[in-house]
Amino acid sequence: MTEIALTVGTHSVLERASLDKLFAALSKRGFRLVGPTVRDGAIVYDELKSAADLPVGWTDEQKGGTYRLKSRNDGAVFGYTAGPHSWKKFLHPPAVRLWQADRADGAFEIKEEKPDAQKTAFIGVRSCDLHAIAVQDKVFLNGRYLDPYYQARRENSFIAAINCSQAGGTCFCVSMGTGPKAASGFDLALTEIREQERHYFVAEVGTELGAEILAELPHREVEGHEKAAADETVAKTAQAMGRQMDTTNIKELLYQNYEHPRWDQVAGRCLTCANCTMVCPTCFCTTVEDVTDLKGEHAERWQKWDSCFTRDFSYIHGGSIRATPKTRYRQWMTHKLATWIDQFGTSGCVGCGRCITWCPVGIDITEEVRAIREAPQSPKGSPTGDKHGNT
Amino acid sequence: MVPRPHTVRRVWQETHDTFTLELAPAAGDGAAPSSFAPGQFNMLYAFGVGEAAISISGDPARPERLVHTIRAVGATTKALARLRRGDTVGIRGPFGSQWPLGEAAGRDIVIIAGGIGLAPLRPVVYHVLQNRQNYGNVVLLYGARSPGDLLYAKELEQWRGRFDLEVQVAVDRAPATWRGTVGVVTNFIPRARFDPSEAVAMICGPEIMMRFAVQGIEELEMKSESIYISMERNMKCAVGFCGHCQFGPAFICKDGPVFSYESVRALLNIRGI
Ligand SMILES: Cc1cc2nc3c(=O)[nH]c(=O)nc-3n(C[C@H](O)[C@H](O)[C@H](O)COP(=O)(O)OP(=O)(O)OC[C@H]3O[C@@H](n4cnc5c(N)ncnc54)[C@H](O)[C@@H]3O)c2cc1C
Ligand code: SF4
Ligand code: SF4
Repeated sequence: MTEIALTVGTHSVLERASLDKLFAALSKRGFRLVGPTVRDGAIVYDELKSAADLPVGWTDEQKGGTYRLKSRNDGAVFGYTAGPHSWKKFLHPPAVRLWQADRADGAFEIKEEKPDAQKTAFIGVRSCDLHAIAVQDKVFLNGRYLDPYYQARRENSFIAAINCSQAGGTCFCVSMGTGPKAASGFDLALTEIREQERHYFVAEVGTELGAEILAELPHREVEGHEKAAADETVAKTAQAMGRQMDTTNIKELLYQNYEHPRWDQVAGRCLTCANCTMVCPTCFCTTVEDVTDLKGEHAERWQKWDSCFTRDFSYIHGGSIRATPKTRYRQWMTHKLATWIDQFGTSGCVGCGRCITWCPVGIDITEEVRAIREAPQSPKGSPTGDKHGNT
Repeated sequence: MVPRPHTVRRVWQETHDTFTLELAPAAGDGAAPSSFAPGQFNMLYAFGVGEAAISISGDPARPERLVHTIRAVGATTKALARLRRGDTVGIRGPFGSQWPLGEAAGRDIVIIAGGIGLAPLRPVVYHVLQNRQNYGNVVLLYGARSPGDLLYAKELEQWRGRFDLEVQVAVDRAPATWRGTVGVVTNFIPRARFDPSEAVAMICGPEIMMRFAVQGIEELEMKSESIYISMERNMKCAVGFCGHCQFGPAFICKDGPVFSYESVRALLNIRGI
């Protein structure tokens, strides 16, 4: 092994056999390891003990409303795309206790929950999901208020990204400018390369911590042909996107089409099941639940994921503001693609395709945009691109 | 993010379903009472039941007397209605934007309130009366369902008696003994004494009433940038994280609740947004 100076932006080669050493190095530093693993017929994100827990030799097939696991015979470790889980499961968990209160003699005291200091390493984060994390950072860290719990989880996270070596049937990161190559927001980014006799990773250093960890593993300087193989891998993926979305003036397009007949059409299919919001890596909405013990002296407040597809979500005394599936689907999609831009200076959609795959009736956000773009209601709408949404 | 315990100092029943709480930080809390701007709200926590967004209805010059006027409509507000002197309530806030009192300096002010909508506007009245020389003509138009639903009846009577404030009150329906006006509050707009080309309007009430009020004011050719309304949406966190209070691109909790009509005009015309 040749010793090289590992600095941010440098590329090295890590052999497949050394993957376990990456896990060990992270564990040694006190990181809990989470990453993809096979469970209940899908690739989910969960705690991992070692690299053996990764979905080695598995891939997925995704279509609108369909997800299927398939085995593959090349031993690829990261040969699949985004599954039903996203990293928000860990960074913005589905249920969090915010505080507890105890009552005595009519008065009560509130005990605030301490931010979670558990160090967590996220293994195999794809570029779309890195962007999704950056989107949630804007929501919870960059506004007038800051969420200290989210902040603690983010500050204690290590991210090992994976550049996608194949595109899923519902992926459209290229349209959203979010992939398939990880550009920033990682400590280490790996590209998996399988050649006839070799199986290795090209590892890019993203942070000092990433460099330190890599330095502890057997690695060597990347050779020209290896770097070229990595570049070609992501270039091929970019060519194979399952979906596309024309995002030209998309904010204006949706703002001008609040009353488009397409909303009625999609509402006729939407079950308002909320699956799309649960699987979406950027959806951040929550509700709170206040509970007490049987004696009524101990109370707790829990924050839980919520969805704009429920009727209660917009309830105010007298009735729900969004009483119909039409207004709820419109709220969701217009939020993702238009109001989000005004709120946080970024799209709320990173093109991961999860909402398409996990919609029980296969409603496809790219298709919905296309339908509105093809026949915009307002003359000011900008119907650019051909019938397939290509520009 | 965590409520601060406050002690109930006094409770008044305003109407059959609406009451006012006066609160102070609980003993041992140490921290000074938060100052607030007219139009802002707090989240009030009833132990074990939940939180509700409630406007601050007291005098902004006396923040140590934290005052909230609450209509009991559901689980949390009914639990708040059971509070008595000495009980504890949790408070987070104050949150949100404020009525444009700075912008209104030197100009006429027309305040239009419907029902509980007078609560977030009462701090404006207090402020204006304490700084009366800073403003032109001031008009308060207030509507409620019935005479028994009028908030702050005694204060309304006092305000009516002032020569430097025009107060007009209307109710939707009334028994024969009611000597005041029956009808919609917006009927007062054309006759009220203010200069539409110069005035600032501050409106709070049911959305439908606010729509009519804006319409009435616009007919006088008042500039839409000079019209302000206070919006209401379901609210859980009050700090822009829970997503519930979205109104198009705006979060009612941090961009509102007070908006210039100009900034939300397009959204108000879309149903179910
Ligand atoms: C900025 C703002 C200021 C307000 N100021 C006042 C005030 O000064 N006085 C007053 O009496 N009321 C005020 N309200 C309305 C008050 O917040 C609701 O009446 C209250 O939340 C109802 O809660 P509940 O549990 O009693 O009712 P339920 O019907 O049991 O409510 C269930 C849930 O729906 C939501 N909800 C229901 N109605 C409303 C509503 N109108 N607005 C927001 N969320 C709602 C709440 O999240 C509540 O937890 C204000 C609302 C907002 C947004
Ligand atoms: S809206 Fe759909 S495609 Fe976009 S980020 Fe969310 S789940 Fe992924
Ligand atoms: S779009 Fe699909 S996943 Fe989303 S709520 Fe409707 S039916 Fe469910």
